[in-house]
Amino acid sequence: MSIRERLSGNEAIATAMRQINPDVFAMFPITPSTEIPQYFAQYVADGKVDTEFICVESEHSSLSACLGAEAAGCRAVTATSSAGLSYMNEVLYVAGSSRLPVVLAVACRALTGPININHDYSDSMAERDSGFIQLYGENNQEVYDNYLMAHRIAEHPSVRLPLMVCEDGFITSHAIENIELEEDDKVKAFVGEYHPENYLLKTENPLAVGPYGVSGYYMEARVAQAQAMKNAKQVILDVAADFEKTFGRKYGFFEEYRMDDAEIAMVIMGSSAGTAKAAVDELRESGVKAGLVKIRVFRPFPGEELAKVLAGCKAVAVMDKSEGFSACGGPLFAETAGACINLEKRPKMVDIVFGLGGRDFTVAAAKHVYERLQGIAETGEVGEVYTHMGQREA
Amino acid sequence: MAKQMIEIRWHGRGGQGAKTASQLLADAAFMAGSYVQSFPEYGPERSGAPITAYNRISQERCLVHSNIYEPDYVAVVDETLLESVDVTAGLKKEGAIIVNTAKTPDEIRPLLKGYAGRVCTIDARHISTTNLGAYFPNTPMLAAVVAVSGCVEREQFLQDMEGSYRHKFAKKPQVVEGNLKCLHQAMQEVKG
Repeated sequence: MSIRERLSGNEAIATAMRQINPDVFAMFPITPSTEIPQYFAQYVADGKVDTEFICVESEHSSLSACLGAEAAGCRAVTATSSAGLSYMNEVLYVAGSSRLPVVLAVACRALTGPININHDYSDSMAERDSGFIQLYGENNQEVYDNYLMAHRIAEHPSVRLPLMVCEDGFITSHAIENIELEEDDKVKAFVGEYHPENYLLKTENPLAVGPYGVSGYYMEARVAQAQAMKNAKQVILDVAADFEKTFGRKYGFFEEYRMDDAEIAMVIMGSSAGTAKAAVDELRESGVKAGLVKIRVFRPFPGEELAKVLAGCKAVAVMDKSEGFSACGGPLFAETAGACINLEKRPKMVDIVFGLGGRDFTVAAAKHVYERLQGIAETGEVGEVYTHMGQREA
Repeated sequence: MAKQMIEIRWHGRGGQGAKTASQLLADAAFMAGSYVQSFPEYGPERSGAPITAYNRISQERCLVHSNIYEPDYVAVVDETLLESVDVTAGLKKEGAIIVNTAKTPDEIRPLLKGYAGRVCTIDARHISTTNLGAYFPNTPMLAAVVAVSGCVEREQFLQDMEGSYRHKFAKKPQVVEGNLKCLHQAMQEVKG
């Protein structure tokens, strides 16, 4: 039986970590960290986990310590946010290329400047090419569920890649909402134990980690890493199928919301998707064929699958909650547009950058996007492709 | 979709516990079987600066994750905010505002920029200092909001809160009685 609770996103992730009882949690405790290590420290103090809990001097070090533990064959976790994630940047790439399946919880927040602590995806999108798998959740429930699936995906022998479980900073991380938790023993049984095939200290077959890769070797390693990211797609689906069988909640690469006969659609991520769903519901009541695709898996990007879903639409708005400064659209737009490039019949597509630094996204704003899409669908005129929404006009 | 959602906005000052009050209300509604949201609006956190917190209470999971612009109820934990913050902005006239003050609703109404709906007052300072010996406005404010909004059934609320306090303050039973008295007294004394 699920346990009816009310928790913040941070508490939900800390709870999942307690249930999984990882071998090592290395953390840097000050802002911009999250409350996750704070909750976890209590579990350590209360004897609810036997995790080696290591306080280090920076995020660069916390991830490095996790990698050391992973290389030694342990299951290691950490958590961070915003500038803390940026400070890990160098080590994120080491995790990916060393094929060490550390699981990192990220409360997604803006990057400086101006100085801002609120939510957008500036931090996680900046790390999209780091070799981490990235899972995003709409609310505390999805974040918890993603966390329960995370280790199995990351540690799978055909994947062996690090993974970020992303929650929306403050909107999810600090808001208290209802959640269905699963029982500890069922979570433990679902996640299983970690027994890597090779690790640093395995005497019968010792492993070198982090070697120098001269030009004669580097590319092969990168191609193998790219293949692992492709392999992750099937593993993500397999783990989701088992999750649904075990706990009853269904997940895929993305959620299609009222897309069956949708003529206009949004591609969106995280908590904003919930708000946009409320707009879709209202529009559907007045006969507008609006739908929504909420991206759960951003890395690996489910391009082919997404293109199939969008192919039937007349107009699509991609909603980017980070500014990539490419001068032609944000990262989610680049991926989505790229995914659709070889479709015989493509929808008209625009990119809307919104919600930066915690700028609120409302049902009215979502309806405004659909109105714009209706105009594009009717006239076939796409207008300005890359725009911003919600900012004050000068 | 059922339209029975109740939306509440809290105004307080950093350190007074408006965020905690919003969490307590979410707890109470959760215990009564509802779906809840409780979230503060985060900014530079300074003691004494105006802060806002929110609640949604519904019979189904709340999809919307924006701030609340047209609340059914507004709770003002610190009456000095009436001068500097537009506390009735967007407040539905079928709803109500609940202000922590020793004044009467008639005395408060002129400060509310023409708000035409129900104005309620509660002297949380008096109730808190009488029963707890110190100024913790949260508990009386919580009870007043429950009494005025009806977002949780009264008897159930009192019963659940008692259970919750007995659990939370298992080692400090004297605190339990004081808090329970605050709840009862606030539910009776809220005016308007």
